[in-house]
Amino acid sequence: VKLVIGIVRSEKANDVLEALYRAEVRGLSMSRVQGHGGELDRVETYRGTTVKVELSEKVRFEIAVSDPFVQPTIDALCDAARTGEVGDGKIFVVPLERAVRIRTGETDVGAVTPVGE
Amino acid sequence: VTGILAVAKVDTGDTAWMLVATALVLMMTPALGLFYAGLVRSKNTLNTFMMSIGAIAVAAVTWALLGYSLAFDGDGSLIGGLHHVALHDVGFTPRDGTTIPHLVFMAFQATFCIITTALVSGAVVERMRFGAFLVFAALWSVLVYAVLAHWAFGGGWLIANGTLDFAGGVPVEMGAGFSALAAALVIRARKDYGRQALLPHNAVYVLLGGGLLWFGWFGFNGGSGFSTGDPSVLAFTNTLLTPACSLVAWFALDLIRGRRVTAIGAATAIIVGCVLITPAGGFISPGWAMLLGAAGALPCYAVVVYRPRTRVDETLDVLAAHGIAGFVGILFIGFFAQLAWNGVSDGLVYGNASQLCDQAIAALVAPVYAFVATYVLLRVIGLVMPLRATERQEALGMDVVQHGEEAYATGEGAILVTPESGIEGEVAVKPT
Repeated sequence: VKLVIGIVRSEKANDVLEALYRAEVRGLSMSRVQGHGGELDRVETYRGTTVKVELSEKVRFEIAVSDPFVQPTIDALCDAARTGEVGDGKIFVVPLERAVRIRTGETDVGAVTPVGE
Repeated sequence: VTGILAVAKVDTGDTAWMLVATALVLMMTPALGLFYAGLVRSKNTLNTFMMSIGAIAVAAVTWALLGYSLAFDGDGSLIGGLHHVALHDVGFTPRDGTTIPHLVFMAFQATFCIITTALVSGAVVERMRFGAFLVFAALWSVLVYAVLAHWAFGGGWLIANGTLDFAGGVPVEMGAGFSALAAALVIRARKDYGRQALLPHNAVYVLLGGGLLWFGWFGFNGGSGFSTGDPSVLAFTNTLLTPACSLVAWFALDLIRGRRVTAIGAATAIIVGCVLITPAGGFISPGWAMLLGAAGALPCYAVVVYRPRTRVDETLDVLAAHGIAGFVGILFIGFFAQLAWNGVSDGLVYGNASQLCDQAIAALVAPVYAFVATYVLLRVIGLVMPLRATERQEALGMDVVQHGEEAYATGEGAILVTPESGIEGEVAVKPT
């Protein structure tokens, strides 16, 4: 069981959701984050105040999957989130010590496998 | 001779009201900006609002320089003259047939040109380049608005023919609505249209904008008699009644369709009701005005529901709320105009079928002219400059790309740039 963390452009979030759905990856959570990954800064001006905005809006997906689903999840994230420009984001895969489904008490693979499969 | 002297006299009461009415109508354009800004996604809030502000900047200038003259100088059947170019001979002496200084008349009409230009932006928000929009606004305010205003208000062939249009069903409502359709077809749909849910980001802006528009519309319709006389009073009161009936009808339609009354639907209904009564305000009785509000809401509601199922990304439904409602209002006069209320003409119901004929001609010709002229105009501008932002810019949002600002900037991650250190060479997003 692995935790796949994908940080992508916020305007690509819908495409990623669609790709994950097509890859039959069902359980996920997403949150808005701000980050900086080497892309050029954005310059904004408000009256006399000019600022460089170093942090840009990103969306962070957290998806816990059983091992056979790791690669399809990564593929879905890459394909859907890539624009080719700096700032497309990162994917991190980390091992999971334990996963528990609160409703049933199932653990690990059982906990991350969607109901009905 | 006494007649000429009588019309040349300034009436202080009329002038006081028209000064207020002019300010009320000018306020409608920022109100429209607020209404539109609430209907788009948060990353396009400022750009959408700025299109309305941009329309004030551009159309006020073109109006003073050229548009007013083409619309209101002389009674040429297709276009006015050039006597009033750059406000030549527009002073304190009233224009024939009015009792207010010519300057006030011009300013009042200018605010109409401004809001109509701003209305068209609703078709192209979230993707049209700001610079291209300003160029379009400048040309459109003269080539489309001023021409239609001349036909309906300024002595052109429609008004000479007997078409009744109290406050702008022809130039403002049908002019904006059918131009919006043409603009949407030329500019094409947003990249995510039909693929993703593109939802309004702030319904409170929409309701507040709609409410302020209604408030301003009392000056729009109530001022279109250019006096405090009976037609103005009638139009003023009808501006209360018709939108209220449209609201009730819209609530009912929402309940039938989705079992819930929606807030954005309500804001839309306010606009629809105000538009419906715009051409008819000073010509029909309050009773018929109430019927107009209720019955006229139906076709507009139908178009609002149907349009998103098509590929036409006429984004903020200017066609439904203005084009269709203006069309209905213009025709309604042909049926229910009442000499006893307006002192001008009866409609079909009161035995004068020819009025309906005059109204039908306007209802057919104005949409065709607005659509064709706008379509050609945008195609021509498109040959000279790109009309749209790139897909990448559209994804980032027009606020940051076109204006270098955000509507909801938090300041997090923003580093102050001192003027000495300079910002050259590090601008990632260039407004192209």
